[in-house]
Amino acid sequence: MKGSLIIIGCFLAGILVGIHGWAGEASRISDIGFYVLCALMLMVGISMGSDPEIFKKFRHLNPRLALLPFTTIAGTLTAAALVGVLLPHRTITDTMAVGAGMGYYSLSSIFITTYKGAELGTVALISNIIRELITLLLTPILVKYFSKLAPIAAGGATTMDTTLPIITRYSGQSLVIVSLFHGFVTDFSVPFLVTFLCSI
Amino acid sequence: MFTVIGFMLSGWVIGYLLRQHLRGISTIIMILICLLLFLLGWEVGGNHRIMSSLMSLGLEACLIATACVMGSCIFALILWKWASRFKNSQSSSHHEG
Repeated sequence: MKGSLIIIGCFLAGILVGIHGWAGEASRISDIGFYVLCALMLMVGISMGSDPEIFKKFRHLNPRLALLPFTTIAGTLTAAALVGVLLPHRTITDTMAVGAGMGYYSLSSIFITTYKGAELGTVALISNIIRELITLLLTPILVKYFSKLAPIAAGGATTMDTTLPIITRYSGQSLVIVSLFHGFVTDFSVPFLVTFLCSI
Repeated sequence: MFTVIGFMLSGWVIGYLLRQHLRGISTIIMILICLLLFLLGWEVGGNHRIMSSLMSLGLEACLIATACVMGSCIFALILWKWASRFKNSQSSSHHEG
């Protein structure tokens, strides 16, 4: 939670700087952004590669529940495509790219800004923050109406870290490994799906 | 597209090879994310068109987020019903499929 507040604070600080001048630099800002993004992806890769322990935990996974990340991705993209049909000024791939952020708001908004501009990037940032908030706040209701798997599906890429404690509490200890695996797979899918959807 | 993913995959290899000697990666990631969101904010703040439509962008974002949560939850419910049906039939009749 503290991390999310720092990130939102940085975004707001950026807005303040933007409002008070240097507005003509937009193209140069996104150039710098691309290099920082490459550095970030290198570091994300390093952090994933340096933790081979996580694969050992996945051995005890129920094979049927291992399908959950794929149903989450399918459900998310289907729903996002429907919204794309409803919104006249957005294309289906626009809303699908926003949805494909899977709650990983920092990375997805940066990607979408780089490929589609700051306007859709802002939608992606807010939308994926809301997805994380919905999971944090509505988990008890989701469990009641959509089964114990629902908060994991709702949490998307965050079920490995920020939303794991609340999921453990309401879905039970037995689904912790499912939640970790789900977070791992959806997290990994974000850069692929978002860049793919932005490039078609 | 491939540049960025190439960076991630080469990072994976570097991370695996240097896994004994790495510290503070998560701090660097956090700093880079903050820097990038600062840059995104900067671009948004300097763009009058985005600033004036921030409210409608927020509503749009809310709509997409709610739809995505609903979609993934409905699919999760279907998977849960399918997976538990399998478990029940397994425990009630051992010789069946």
